Amino acid sequence: MAPAELNLTGTKVGCNQGDCGACTVLLEGRSVSSCLTLAMEAQGRPITTIEGLAPSLSELHPIQEAFVQTQAVQCGFCSAGMIMSAKHLLDHNPHPSEAEIRQGLSGNLCRCTGYTKVVEAIGVAADKLGGASAKEA
Amino acid sequence: MATSHFALHQPQSLSQALDLLEMHRASVRLLAGGTDLVPKLKVGALKVANLVSLQGVPGLGAVAFDEGQGLVIGGTARLAQVAALPEVKRLYPGLAHACSVMATTQIRNMGTVAGNLANAAPSADTAAPLLAYDARVTATNKKGSRDIPLAQFFAGPGLSVLEPGEIITAITVPPPPPKSGSAYQRLSARSQVDICAVGVAASLSLDGQGRLAHCRLACASVAPTPLRCLEAEEMLSGQAPGDDLLDRAAQAAAAAAKPIDDMRASAAYRRQMVEVLSRRVLATCLAQAASLAQAQGGAA
Repeated sequence: MAPAELNLTGTKVGCNQGDCGACTVLLEGRSVSSCLTLAMEAQGRPITTIEGLAPSLSELHPIQEAFVQTQAVQCGFCSAGMIMSAKHLLDHNPHPSEAEIRQGLSGNLCRCTGYTKVVEAIGVAADKLGGASAKEA
Repeated sequence: MATSHFALHQPQSLSQALDLLEMHRASVRLLAGGTDLVPKLKVGALKVANLVSLQGVPGLGAVAFDEGQGLVIGGTARLAQVAALPEVKRLYPGLAHACSVMATTQIRNMGTVAGNLANAAPSADTAAPLLAYDARVTATNKKGSRDIPLAQFFAGPGLSVLEPGEIITAITVPPPPPKSGSAYQRLSARSQVDICAVGVAASLSLDGQGRLAHCRLACASVAPTPLRCLEAEEMLSGQAPGDDLLDRAAQAAAAAAKPIDDMRASAAYRRQMVEVLSRRVLATCLAQAASLAQAQGGAA
């Protein structure tokens, strides 16, 4: 991956070994560690990075909104990966329990150790995305 | 950031992939999920001139179950794919557990079952349950295919009986017998994300009299290869299950383990946990089998 060459600098390289999740992107809709993905293997397959989540330049995606709202960002280095993992989780499980959220984030490390707010943010995001009717169900 | 240079070949058919393996056999590795291979390339722990990617090979990515053949896991089927299949959850709960808790979501979305076996790590999480299910590995080369019982597949840490030029094209798991149960449990020091320090899987089935018709017990991370506990299996086979018998079988499994001290656990802890986990997985299997026996009892 060459984020600098594409001017997509949101995705971060943390451990560069597939452990920390900072580089998480969606490849064909599935969260993957981009640091372990050879660029040639991704050729012709749809990739979503953090830049691709927001619907427009003036709006944020509901997961991003929730991170802002709950102040789930400390230094911010892990945030892009956390948000992409949250996207994968909520795509597959729109109403996760707290335990399921923690499980869904098990491949993402925050060196500020700010997990509490991140877990809260994803709960808030699930509510935003699910809407009131789904919540009651 | 990779420290070594290599050529990446992306064949679009199995025969092309086999040709490439043959052509570059002096220095070639297969690339499937890449989750074990790419980190090694990055740190320079592995130098190889050619990678042959299996991604473009059609037909290898499927996971399917049918009642005759059982479960067939294609050579590039991903861990998350196996974990998500309803039949795997229902009929192979030990394998479903391994494929849904090992590593991280991202790694499970990339890594393959075949890769987990081919790397032949003693700690391979899918190995213990697949051993307990009597799985077979289909290895294909230019001349044809051969089936290798998984119990004969591992040759040492990082070593298997796969020969140069062979590709794992499928892993086949027989259908579970009626009145059967299976389970896998693993321990790691920090969290599930860590490589397993001890793992134990079992499968068993009950006969009409409630005796153990067949039993398998297999361990990960406690020997140079994933390990079948044959003494414990023989002890259990044909017997009426009871607490005392399960205790003795668990002790036999612990005695069969050949663990080492390393950063993940001490040998003594591992041996003790083989006994504890064996007892637990056997109890889980028996409970499953007994509840199926009750449900199927009228029909039998």
